[in-house]
Amino acid sequence: MASETTQPGFWARVQRASVERLHIRLESLVVLLALSTAMALLSPYFLSLSNFLNILLATSTIGVLAIAATFVIGSGGLDLSLGSVMGLAGVAGAFVAVNLGWPSVLAVIACILAGAIAGYINGQLVTRAFVPAFIVTLGMLGLARGLALVISQGRAIYGLPLGIVYIGQGRPFGIPMPVIIFVLTAIVAHAVLAYTRFGRHTLALGDSEGAARAAGIRVEHHRRIIYTLSGALAGLAGLLFTARVNAGDPTAGINYELTAITAAIIGGTNLFGGRASILGTMIGALIMGVLQNGLTLLAVQSYYQQMAIGAVLILAVFIDQYQVRKESRV
Amino acid sequence: MTLLSLRGIRKSFGAVDVLHGVDLSVAAGEVVGLVGDNGAGKSTLMKTITGIYRADSGSIEFDGKDILALDPGQRRQLGIEMIYQDLSLAKQQDVASNIFLGREPTKRLFGLFPGFVDKGEMDRQAAKMIERLGAHLPSINRSVGSFSGGQQQTVAIARALTFNPKLVIMDEPTAALAVREVQSVLDLIRRLKSEGIAVILISHRLNDVLSVTDRIVVLRHGRADADLVTARTNMNEVVSRIVGGGDIAAAAAHEQRG
Repeated sequence: MASETTQPGFWARVQRASVERLHIRLESLVVLLALSTAMALLSPYFLSLSNFLNILLATSTIGVLAIAATFVIGSGGLDLSLGSVMGLAGVAGAFVAVNLGWPSVLAVIACILAGAIAGYINGQLVTRAFVPAFIVTLGMLGLARGLALVISQGRAIYGLPLGIVYIGQGRPFGIPMPVIIFVLTAIVAHAVLAYTRFGRHTLALGDSEGAARAAGIRVEHHRRIIYTLSGALAGLAGLLFTARVNAGDPTAGINYELTAITAAIIGGTNLFGGRASILGTMIGALIMGVLQNGLTLLAVQSYYQQMAIGAVLILAVFIDQYQVRKESRV
Repeated sequence: MTLLSLRGIRKSFGAVDVLHGVDLSVAAGEVVGLVGDNGAGKSTLMKTITGIYRADSGSIEFDGKDILALDPGQRRQLGIEMIYQDLSLAKQQDVASNIFLGREPTKRLFGLFPGFVDKGEMDRQAAKMIERLGAHLPSINRSVGSFSGGQQQTVAIARALTFNPKLVIMDEPTAALAVREVQSVLDLIRRLKSEGIAVILISHRLNDVLSVTDRIVVLRHGRADADLVTARTNMNEVVSRIVGGGDIAAAAAHEQRG
């Protein structure tokens, strides 16, 4: 237990201020800067505008998933189905656009709706059937992936209309569309989580469900909204990915939940809920993006990248829990 | 004037009957002690009043309105607050967030987007409330999990009092406190009474109950077994009603010493 009389040091005070005012963990920012510096020193290609946009483009899909992970984990839940739902949503959109030949707008809606429905089912099962979120979303991971394969008959759906392709490959003002959509989504999500009643109730719920219930928050209702939102965001990520690679790929997003959850945790989201910020998650997502980009530039095999992500996840949770134990009396 | 009136409240959890038809009434500005052995149903009864539990049968009227169908949020709006034994605080959130949880004031961002939480207003009112309670917290921007037990209790009390309640239920508010803090909680109860706020006090510390309440209701095996006027009863009677027979003299003598 920390003694009340000891004055916290300078570093501790700066840490606390950044958490209280900016909703970010300073360590993550330091790691991002250190990692970027290291990559810049190691690779002559790293520091350039085009590579920077590349990193953002590669981060956009994961980043949207990480936003979903932040809301769910912040509320004390878990969504392991993010990657699969993303794959299902992409296939659903491609199926609507190519096989049914409907307009692009409907394909866009189909992507997000497919994700939202999967998320809604997750939420219903968690709050009404009392199956733990870990199991529900693990089941959905299998269900959504299987359904994506059934709809697409196991093959990628090619030949998307130009309207969809523009969402993935268009570059207004030289900025890739997925990056624009990702950044806008992040700004809105940050405002919602940090400054609205919905966001505050989300964190309170993850902090102490009993306190939230006693305060009159409709706990189950709120959880259903969060899982549905998470699914819808996975649908958006599916749309971005499908539009970028110009195909509804039923195997898209495999293992993406690993990277998304890692990004959220690195960004300062408490694995057990109660503390989360989108700004922090964005730093976490950028760390993952820089790591992958840098390792690719350095010609490191992608197998090792996968290993690096797994190791980073464990390390991030270790550091976070260490901090929590140090700071809290709980 | 009757503020709260419970009639025939029954509640069971699966095969376990906890409450078998409890009648209880509390007048405005009255302090009622609720005592009974562990498992008598005190906390369950209180949670049917706040709405955390839905009573299986019976009626609950508050301020002349039937509130049986209302959820906890709606009952809080009518003026029923509870300070829970475990405090029910969101420990990673700061003081104002806890006090205003579920009732955050909002404003428009840039005068355009509605629904944004007015954190500045929350902090100001929270600081005022903490000061009114005469408490000192290291900083209201810290997460409440970093506070001591007494400081956390202050936050829980502030949350219950900020929105002008008519009835405050306190579940073992003094169980985990130091001697001086116990006195300030008892003083607070007297102050609430003088402001016309009714209090239901659940406590095992019978000395506290005898010193601040107007009436003492003894809950035994899920029924309101006795309804005693505090001024006309004593430790012996209360203890014997709680224990319901057996070696009353020894138990009472023990409480007296305690």
